[in-house]
Amino acid sequence: MSKMTMTQKIIAAHCGQETVTPGEIVLANVDMVLANDITAPVAINEFRKLSNPTVFDKEKIALVLDHFTPNKDIKAAEQSRFVREFAKEHDILHFYDVGQAGVEHALLPEKGMVTAGDLVVGADSHTCTYGALGAFSTGMGSTDAAVAMASGKVWLRVPEAISVVLTGQLPEYVSGKDVILHLIGILGVDGALYSSLEFSGDGVRALTMDDRLCVCNMAVEAGGKNAVFPVDDATRQYLTEHGAAQPVVYAADPDAVYQRVINIDLGALKPTVAFPHLPENTKTFDDIPQGMKIDQVVIGSCTNGRLSDFVAAAEIMKGRKVHDGVRCLIIPATQKIYRDAMHMGLFDIFLDAGCAVSTPTCGPCLGGHMGILAEGERCVATTNRNFVGRMGSPKSEVYLANPEVAAASAVLGVIASPDML
Amino acid sequence: MKLTGKALVYGDHVDTDVIIPARYLNTADAKELAAHCMEDIDKDFAKKLKPGDFVAAGVNFGCGSSREHAPLALKTAGVSCVIAKSFARIFYRNAINIGLPIIVSGMDIKDGDQLEADLDHGTLTNVTRGTKESFPPFSPFLQTIIASGGLVAAREGGHL
Ligand code: SF4
Repeated sequence: MSKMTMTQKIIAAHCGQETVTPGEIVLANVDMVLANDITAPVAINEFRKLSNPTVFDKEKIALVLDHFTPNKDIKAAEQSRFVREFAKEHDILHFYDVGQAGVEHALLPEKGMVTAGDLVVGADSHTCTYGALGAFSTGMGSTDAAVAMASGKVWLRVPEAISVVLTGQLPEYVSGKDVILHLIGILGVDGALYSSLEFSGDGVRALTMDDRLCVCNMAVEAGGKNAVFPVDDATRQYLTEHGAAQPVVYAADPDAVYQRVINIDLGALKPTVAFPHLPENTKTFDDIPQGMKIDQVVIGSCTNGRLSDFVAAAEIMKGRKVHDGVRCLIIPATQKIYRDAMHMGLFDIFLDAGCAVSTPTCGPCLGGHMGILAEGERCVATTNRNFVGRMGSPKSEVYLANPEVAAASAVLGVIASPDML
Repeated sequence: MKLTGKALVYGDHVDTDVIIPARYLNTADAKELAAHCMEDIDKDFAKKLKPGDFVAAGVNFGCGSSREHAPLALKTAGVSCVIAKSFARIFYRNAINIGLPIIVSGMDIKDGDQLEADLDHGTLTNVTRGTKESFPPFSPFLQTIIASGGLVAAREGGHL
């Protein structure tokens, strides 16, 4: 009998083996290869070094222009054009340009491009997001993407796993972001190095698909290779609604081996903020000093740029104003989220409050454009990284939080929880 | 392969945003990237580094973004090898895929120490301190990639 984790089973199925063992290096078949306007140019250069530079399957490659788009400068425009021309030359089905694009990890699930049981690799570290759908997905580099585009294969070290057992229900103003920040606070930024995070327990049912996507998104911030949720009714419903392929469901063996088991009572969680300059520096409002003045708020990204995030932020913002001296940026992650938020009247709430609403882009999340911080500035962001210089000046500060905390902070002009309003 | 050079030492969790900040990622040109390598953590990095020098660091080197621009910038800047107590996994595979040697070692290394690495025999020598350690060899498949000169070359050689 095998004793495999859910992740190990998906990998085994993709390399034609009955079983795989942690630490083993395998060559696996991929169901989707992803790259963006920053990583694709490097991948394309490597791809062109091959003596037979043809793609293995034009329907299994996704190229999304999301980081420096709409092009922030001439060089970014050249990079976009380079990817656009490659997509045309190879007739890539899933090429998304400005006007159809969005932040890749919000876009792929929304377009039904990933289903349960898939093995997805992407030249972007947050490719781990799709574990929420019951897939194995992980980030890698451009050369990996280049060779995967040509061969449909990738080398993988079979990961060990950490089991995260969730119980209870989330309280008010607490969401997937707080679950993952809390977990990173426990694990540290390398606590899951090379490992899978496998979620289970009654608490899974209480998490929406948006919560699960947010949780898996930040697995890499704990050093994880991937994160994965079991497939349940909510997963199936999401996949059907988004036109994804028929799911192939894998579940961990009852006697699967884990390096470590972490229990989280969702009911005991509180709004959590990660202080600079590591995502593991987490605090709750019991420990956050009062009156920490801020200059900017960003609500968006592949972590918290989905419709439910804007609904939550708008509930806080409604009838209120952004504090004097604070810039609040609202960045829906995809065109569809943008339109849905608009139709729900959320933009009126944000505009009345004095927010700026942007077209979908990664923009400030990686310090690209659309909201760069000056020296000494402080930002509360719903993004996923707060490294030195991540959003601009190496002397600026980024505080990671959920959308309600971000919105409350925008209103009060200091790092604030919604209870303080 | 034998490498010799002095060590430039950094701490834990050196992330890819400081190895090469996103503001420079509007190009894939390796020389341009190399010119800005590590500048947010050490503005004199490019001045101090002599071709062949080592970068030595603590745990979780290369965490964060998947940008292959990071190992590429280090390699092009002239770094012969990165030594760390541990590597973030994407950086680890990127380094192997592009042919930048990396060594996992907890050896006591101070800034400016003269080092020698023998990649074939798996030994690391701190000449300044007179210490020597061996490090475990890569798994056979990774050795194939390294011996081929990177992942693209390994594909050309029919290995995947
Ligand atoms: S939103 Fe931020 S973390 Fe997500 S893909 Fe874009 S740059 Fe990366």
